[in-house]
Amino acid sequence: MSLNRTFAIVLRQFYLVRGSPARVLPLFAWVGIDMVLWGFITRYLNAVSSAGFDFVPVLLGAVLLWDFFTRVMHGVTIAFMEDVWSRNFLNLFATPLAISDYVAGLVVSSIGTSSVGLIVMLFLASAIFGLSFVSYGVAIIPFLLVLFLFGVALGIVGAAIVLRFGPATEWFIWPIPALVSPFAGVFYPLATLPTWMQYFSRIVPPSYVFENVRAIISGHPPSVNALIWSVVLAVIYVLLACWVFTGVYRHSVRTGLVARYSAETVS
Amino acid sequence: MPNVLSVENLSKKYGDTIAVDGISFDVERNEIVGLLGPNGAGKTTTINMVLSVLEPTSGSIHIEGIDVARQRSQALDCTNFAAVYAPLPGNLTVYQNLHVFGLIYGVRHLPDRIESVLEQFELRRFRNFKSGVLSSGEQTRLCLAKALLNQPQLLLLDEPTASLDPATARDIRTKIREFAMRGLCGVLWTSHNMYEVEHVCDRVLFLSHGKILLEGDPKTLPREHGKSTLEELFIAVAREPLALERV
Repeated sequence: MSLNRTFAIVLRQFYLVRGSPARVLPLFAWVGIDMVLWGFITRYLNAVSSAGFDFVPVLLGAVLLWDFFTRVMHGVTIAFMEDVWSRNFLNLFATPLAISDYVAGLVVSSIGTSSVGLIVMLFLASAIFGLSFVSYGVAIIPFLLVLFLFGVALGIVGAAIVLRFGPATEWFIWPIPALVSPFAGVFYPLATLPTWMQYFSRIVPPSYVFENVRAIISGHPPSVNALIWSVVLAVIYVLLACWVFTGVYRHSVRTGLVARYSAETVS
Repeated sequence: MPNVLSVENLSKKYGDTIAVDGISFDVERNEIVGLLGPNGAGKTTTINMVLSVLEPTSGSIHIEGIDVARQRSQALDCTNFAAVYAPLPGNLTVYQNLHVFGLIYGVRHLPDRIESVLEQFELRRFRNFKSGVLSSGEQTRLCLAKALLNQPQLLLLDEPTASLDPATARDIRTKIREFAMRGLCGVLWTSHNMYEVEHVCDRVLFLSHGKILLEGDPKTLPREHGKSTLEELFIAVAREPLALERV
């Protein structure tokens, strides 16, 4: 792997974002709106519910963590889509760039873009609605790590889907977080779900994060074993996603898809 | 010292369709080889396989003696290309595009090298322009600037002057010829402009239906096959490939 080449992919993304307000705004606008909307919802729920229960860390905290996961996934996918939109595959893949350099560049780009969103969300949630990550304790570290890793994994899989099935499948990959969210139990305990959905939840790493968020807020200690398992699971998904992307890339090189990439050439 | 490019028994099949059928050729140092043939003859398929964006069905490709299939990055380190169908991203400026691709190719003293190619291809005044707003001729010059950025040993050019006016095309041909003669570079060049091929190429390969039918000096080859010009020979290859044999 070459750091220079990975840096080139990150620099390309930086140039694009720096020169385009249309790319800067989405980094923080939608997550900022989410914070304000859910912040007021939690205030209202605190006002009408029985005294003593604070909805801010449960609901607003969950929305913040879920938005962070979504921004990570979209960060990877958008960095990839920039090459689709600018028809840049031939220029890129006819260079010494290795797939590992390229994917690493997408992930580092996503760290940059999702960090902007996370900082804005933290600022709004803490300054206006009093949310503090201190209430989660040190568990916040594995929480963010699991969500980051799973976001990276889904982002890479999303990129693989578009590479394999063409640019028209772009609109299929944006709602993936919404498809995962019922199984992740972002807003409710997993016990609320029917049994068959709970089985799926066990293989969705964020479900362990949100179960532990609720446990901590209820005054229980986080489950260390569950968090370790969710980190391991998320790492497995990242490795699987890289394997899938590499397989799809090889298929594209074998069939000529990389050389003539467009929606019409996909078979 | 190995040839800049060695292609051995290269084939590409899509199901029952044979795009390239067991071709073998070399490109030597300081040599410009023209890859000619009608549309669908297999020229771009061959270039794509050399660039490693298309996997051959069989055969081998060595760049500077390095096997492309086994050591792709090392082989492509000393290669670059420009193609009329592969413009650089229009949403980056001229300088940004050269900077990004210069990093990917690991170009030493990159800022100096960028200035040098900007000067060489008369792109200085466009350095902060988005590439997408350049005229097609200016975009072609930018692609060529990118192609020479890493001073490649093997330069692949797929119809590099297709969108240039005659004066600019002649300048570009001169620059590429100078580049090929100055260092240890070899060039594989496809074009449908037979005048250009005759002036630039040291040797030509005529492809038809994925096979090399003819090979030789573009200045003498037409006479050897009873034709007065390269264009006539091209038309004969396109229309009656079976009537011609490989020399």
